[in-house]
Amino acid sequence: MADVTPIKTPAEQALANAYTGARDRLPGKGAVAALREDAFRAFEARGLPHRRVEEWKYTDLRTLMRDLYPLAAPPDAAAKARTKEAGNVLAGVGCRRLVFVAGVFVPELSDLAAEAGVSIGSMAEALAKGDALVAAHVGKTFATDDVAVALNTALMGDGAVIRIASGTQVARPIHLIFAAGSDRPSAIFMRSLIVVEKGARVTIVDDHDSGGSQENAALELVVGDEAEVDYVKLTRTNALHVASLMATVGARARFNSFAFTRDGKLVRNQNFIRFAGEHTESGIRGVSLLRGDDHVDTTLLIDHAKGHCVSREQFRTVLDDESHGVFQGKIVVEPHAQKTDAKMMTRSLLLTDRAEADNKPELEIFADDVVCGHGATAGALDPGLKFYLMSRGISEPEAEALLIQAFIGETVEEIAHEGIRTAVMNAAIEWLGRREW
Amino acid sequence: MSLLEIKNLHAEVEGKKILNGLTLTIEKGQVAAIMGPNGSGKSTLAYVLAGKPGYEVTEGEVLLDGENILDMGADERAAKGVFLAFQYPVEVPGVATMTFLRTALNAQRKTRSEGELSTPEFMKLVRETAGQLGIGQDMLRRAVNVGFSGGEKKRNEIMQMAILQPRLAVLDETDSGLDIDALKIVADGVNRLRSPERSMIVITHYQRLLNYIVPDVVHVLAKGRVVKSGGKELALALEAEGYAQYVGEAA
Ligand SMILES: Nc1ncnc2c1ncn2[C@@H]1O[C@H](COP(=O)(O)OP(=O)(O)OP(=O)(O)O)[C@@H](O)[C@H]1O
Ligand SMILES: [Mg+2]
Repeated sequence: MADVTPIKTPAEQALANAYTGARDRLPGKGAVAALREDAFRAFEARGLPHRRVEEWKYTDLRTLMRDLYPLAAPPDAAAKARTKEAGNVLAGVGCRRLVFVAGVFVPELSDLAAEAGVSIGSMAEALAKGDALVAAHVGKTFATDDVAVALNTALMGDGAVIRIASGTQVARPIHLIFAAGSDRPSAIFMRSLIVVEKGARVTIVDDHDSGGSQENAALELVVGDEAEVDYVKLTRTNALHVASLMATVGARARFNSFAFTRDGKLVRNQNFIRFAGEHTESGIRGVSLLRGDDHVDTTLLIDHAKGHCVSREQFRTVLDDESHGVFQGKIVVEPHAQKTDAKMMTRSLLLTDRAEADNKPELEIFADDVVCGHGATAGALDPGLKFYLMSRGISEPEAEALLIQAFIGETVEEIAHEGIRTAVMNAAIEWLGRREW
Repeated sequence: MSLLEIKNLHAEVEGKKILNGLTLTIEKGQVAAIMGPNGSGKSTLAYVLAGKPGYEVTEGEVLLDGENILDMGADERAAKGVFLAFQYPVEVPGVATMTFLRTALNAQRKTRSEGELSTPEFMKLVRETAGQLGIGQDMLRRAVNVGFSGGEKKRNEIMQMAILQPRLAVLDETDSGLDIDALKIVADGVNRLRSPERSMIVITHYQRLLNYIVPDVVHVLAKGRVVKSGGKELALALEAEGYAQYVGEAA
């Protein structure tokens, strides 16, 4: 085959220009700058992912991303004021709020009360001063050649750096609130690092409302041995949101994640998770609610590198109008990872016959003594159930809302924290209340 | 005035003609039994009255209090007082029984411009009604009909009827699947609801139920139309003779 140098799209050209233009201002010198350079070269070599890149088959970013918005300016007072409502989904839940506007940490809007064993900082500052924790983990949590991750590494600005010291039980959930702030479309590249040390316990909510911005967010998460981490991601966007979770989970740990997406114009939530120690239990779950021409892509790469771990992958998607849902779930069981128990199940509820749900489950099993499986269903609401409800006087919208709540309820129920669970269900009900009849 | 007038009703499902010129009048306060062989169209009539999608009326009319209900949705008919106790009540996983009852009752009250019931009022109503029908708290805590036995589902239908207080109740083989004690409990529940303002259509295959719920009139349905009407003694005659004479004669 001939060696073809593809012509850059306007967005690819703009990304290259953005990097070369911002290179000297981006936080971090030395090793960090070298990391950025490598990542940028990886992007240059491959361009934006497109439909012939297997992992991006259903989300052709090269076509979907027409252009790049200007890199976000640091938020001014007006931008900060615009984010007053941000994070309100969890109002009353009693979380520690950490607020980021236009990708920049805003201490004066954040709750930085001291708590033993909990350290919180800004990624931009940590990169600039060559912080040891960042040096030890950033870019090292999960080896991937994914281009969205490479772009994030090249252009990463700010984000959270959180360390939960060994044995610390953090009672209050930590609520990371990422708000766009800007009234002009802009591009934001955020990188966060959370290290939960041995035996520590914490609940993290990663809450993104990226408004009209193009957002590329990456989170590296290290779950130590015997640690217990509940991770909840909330996503909404009117433009583009690409998020990469890169996690490595130690032995005898418990790691549960839950991704809730509604009003996701164009969303890619990719999860790279490695079980690097034995006897860990994990639930990777999510609910997405789509309408209009929303496009929400959930892609999992679950790597069972060590044996005796249990993982449950469970996703529910509700698709209205002509929306498009994508689920790609790949479970890899490495050689010697015996006694792995992994089960993946994804279900789509199609509210119209114009909506589309693409499902691509994959199992790559290199060990022989394992229990692994996957299943997928897609279907409409049961007309018999709907008639039963309506025959009791319940209106059609209300009957459908009850049945949709029932459909997602089983998965939402798995959120351990009661306040967050209720808040997510309420957000789903609010979304349902906006259905048009 | 008659509560319900069905005139020359023709209906089909998936292109199959099932009701063939059915005419039937139910008076206010009347309990009418409908009997007839398997496949004669009894459940179809019940579904057409309740407004199940897919049941296409090609001719005729159904008047409730003189008002044509055929263009109304199932929810609207329910608010007008039509209630169907299903022959096969469905399980609704994930929808809690209490949420279901409350949503239904309040939706009907709202459509009729009555206020919503307060939580204590509602709880009291459900507790009392459930108690009378031998429905325990554990069943009320579950999702609608999920994991209920056949008999429990039937009792749940009657509980819903007692809570929703319809003006026209259609009971489709509510007796099937009930043991003798449950049959008495259910019949008592139905009899408690008999009133000069409320009419009932009781579909059954067995005379036994009619010993407990004594009908004012018995209609025989065959091949999608009423072929014979009479008093409660008609049910006894059918028990003795079967449907042979009706099945042969209908066109
Ligand atoms: N969805 C459907 N599609 C095609 N045929 C149907 C459908 N529903 C009912 N039928 C047919 O219509 C006829 C009447 O059915 P229906 O259920 O009304 O009878 P029934 O009198 O209630 O019988 P049973 O005593 O057994 O309950 C039957 O022949 C049945 O097979
Ligand atoms: Mg029947």
